[in-house]
Amino acid sequence: MGTAHSTSPTPDRGHMNGAKALWATLANHGISTVFGYPGGAIMPVYDALTFYPEVRHVLTRHEQGAAHAAEGWAKATGELGVCMATSGPGATNLVTGLADAMLDSVPLLAITGNVASHLMGTDAFQEADITGITLPITKHNYVVRDVAELPRIVAEAIRIARSGRPGPVLVDIPKDIQLAAFDGEIPSPHARPEHPAPSSESLERALDLLKTAKKPVIMAGGGSLDAAAEVTALARAWDIPVITTLMGLGVFPSSDPLWLGMPGMHGSVAANRAISEADVLLGIGLRFDDRVTGRVNGFAPNAAIIHVELDAAEIGKIIRTHIPVRGDARVVARHLAEAADPQGHPDWHAQVAEWKARTETPTHWGAGAAVKAVVDRLRPDDILSSDVGQHQMLAAQLARFERPRRWINSGGLGTMGFGLPAAIGAGMAEPGVRSVVIAGDGGFQMTAQELATLKMYDIRNVKICIINNSYLGMVRQWQELFHEKRYSEVWLGDSNPDFVKLADAYDVPGYRARNTEELPGAIDAWLNDPKSALLEIVVPHEHGVFPMVPTGAALFEMIETEPPRPALQTASEHAKETSEA
Amino acid sequence: MTPDHLLSLLVRDEPRVLTRITALFGRRGYNIKSLSVGATEHPGVSRMTIVVSGDRGVVEQAMRQLEKLHDVVKIIDHGLEKYVDRELVLVKVAITPESRVEVRQIAEDFRSRIVDVGRHALTFEVTGDEGKITAFIEQMRPFGILETMRTGRIALTRGSNADIPTHVYAGETQALQPALQVEPREERAREVPNVF
Ligand SMILES: Cc1ncc(C[n+]2csc(CCOP(=O)(O)OP(=O)(O)O)c2C)c(N)n1
Repeated sequence: MGTAHSTSPTPDRGHMNGAKALWATLANHGISTVFGYPGGAIMPVYDALTFYPEVRHVLTRHEQGAAHAAEGWAKATGELGVCMATSGPGATNLVTGLADAMLDSVPLLAITGNVASHLMGTDAFQEADITGITLPITKHNYVVRDVAELPRIVAEAIRIARSGRPGPVLVDIPKDIQLAAFDGEIPSPHARPEHPAPSSESLERALDLLKTAKKPVIMAGGGSLDAAAEVTALARAWDIPVITTLMGLGVFPSSDPLWLGMPGMHGSVAANRAISEADVLLGIGLRFDDRVTGRVNGFAPNAAIIHVELDAAEIGKIIRTHIPVRGDARVVARHLAEAADPQGHPDWHAQVAEWKARTETPTHWGAGAAVKAVVDRLRPDDILSSDVGQHQMLAAQLARFERPRRWINSGGLGTMGFGLPAAIGAGMAEPGVRSVVIAGDGGFQMTAQELATLKMYDIRNVKICIINNSYLGMVRQWQELFHEKRYSEVWLGDSNPDFVKLADAYDVPGYRARNTEELPGAIDAWLNDPKSALLEIVVPHEHGVFPMVPTGAALFEMIETEPPRPALQTASEHAKETSEA
Repeated sequence: MTPDHLLSLLVRDEPRVLTRITALFGRRGYNIKSLSVGATEHPGVSRMTIVVSGDRGVVEQAMRQLEKLHDVVKIIDHGLEKYVDRELVLVKVAITPESRVEVRQIAEDFRSRIVDVGRHALTFEVTGDEGKITAFIEQMRPFGILETMRTGRIALTRGSNADIPTHVYAGETQALQPALQVEPREERAREVPNVF
């Protein structure tokens, strides 16, 4: 058990073909794990796999699971994730993962098989124009047309996926190319190119501005995940409060008094007020997503903006930038830290502390309290993944991260179904670390079949927590706020499975808590179980995530706390209301 | 009216290059007014001239997005330097026995060539910059324009080839291919100007 292919001693590799050249190239690049799913048009690759035991293939239960697992791997480690699928339906099942990786700048290599070259373009069985389909959601993609080119293309694809602003690259290999004889060289990894140095003029202008700032704030995004030490040193050297975006959580330690939380739609009061009042905003490695900015002309209305970014296309794309600094976050942050000339802003710090004190901890029983109880039990090394919805925003608000790459979620695309497979990928990348995932009852069911992957590979470090509110909660919240409570097609309750029984069907131990009394014991049992385990927490149906900045509003127009609501209804009343609506 | 901007792109001559570039414009909502593509003197490299309409910010953003494409080797913004540009147009003009001589005379004034002679129409070939072509069409309009076809503008910078990266001139295909591969995109990208 635990291996996807036969365990007989490594057979003689014999004559090289395209498929073997593919594995040899991946192995040469240090790829240890590939997530995938076989099929007719990629069978030669799966056949050749049996000759390359140095690469582990993980059979997921759906290609989307393979793509998200590869993303989880990449997000936890910062290294390349690799996924694989057959032509047509296999390839199209990867699409959501590729789009997700594109928006979150995840280094990902996707290998797809395709029908034989002479059949391409004829609407052959299981043919899909996957390079055409993925054109806008990959950094680059290739069809291999000559076996002699295959290893070079794969090596180049890996370089493109990892270099600069990382992203997904797809290599489509027709079946005849996989089978064609290959007698060339297997390439070694390209050296990672140096990033261009930031211009000294822009650095000087940035320093001048920081020196004159009275209310400065630093905002760090996913592009600074690998510059955490430098960003932290910079903030402390200048004594400037730090906001970390959803993608940047962990870049700056949450325990540091300078940390203000997350900005944007469900950002903290302190972060959103600080942005609205700041006179200088130093953005590092971020792209000013609309969920972060709120109404653009109300974003940081008083601030001069310094934007440090590797991807030039992001500078000035959304937000007026006063000082663009094109460069590697690490290099720029180090430079700015070394030239630190802290001005001491006691009034600003006092103001910020007052906002920060407004952070509410959930008191009464609900999704917030449940998420808080779980995240409070995490150790600094634990990896926390989430699915998409209210539970995701609650986790982002309530979890505390002391280091980067411990928080894995689908930020840009907001992909339901991301959580479980991503947690599996992250857990396989770091088998010694607990990989905890928080999911909603809706999103969990989009990729729940990956429980089988846990069983098949006897993965022991994945801890699944389902916040079951019987609703597509986030959509319900919007219907409540913006559609006069017309709860259209968001009620799941009656049709939800018994999650504990579902887990049991896959040999995954299941636990359940229904209230504050049951919760601590259930969490203990769940986390202490020697195996991967599932915990279902049943919470009241209606519960919102606040603070919230409604779409179209500016950050300073945020709703800070949940509006009062009438007493909770019962499940059957809900069902009635839904059917009448 | 939104201003026009003239860009030249040196791109790898690989499948889907045109799709990638036009898809980028389409997805991001930039408007292409004209696009012409042809081979260069170097195998493996094609050249496109694109006329984009939009304000300066739109063109800057379009260029930066284009720059990220692996296929794009170089972008020349003709708004920043002196250039020559031309367009070729075929214009079919209706004629009558009375107008024939006058139409021919106008064509001669524009140094236009007749490429097809019919009983009721003459087809002219005109090359020139935008102003000349517009003027020609305006002169012919009263006689009745039956059909026109324009190639779209093409442009080259004036003077030396100083703006062309040396690796593009590295020699024949074999020498060129590796040269194009090793040059990492990041090193080619321009320094970001102060945008606003
Ligand atoms: C694949 C996909 N489909 C639809 C959506 C829209 N969507 C965003 S949040 C949400 C509700 C999620 O419900 P659930 O998983 O139960 O989590 P909760 O919000 O209740 O915590 C939906 C439907 C999405 N983000 N992704």
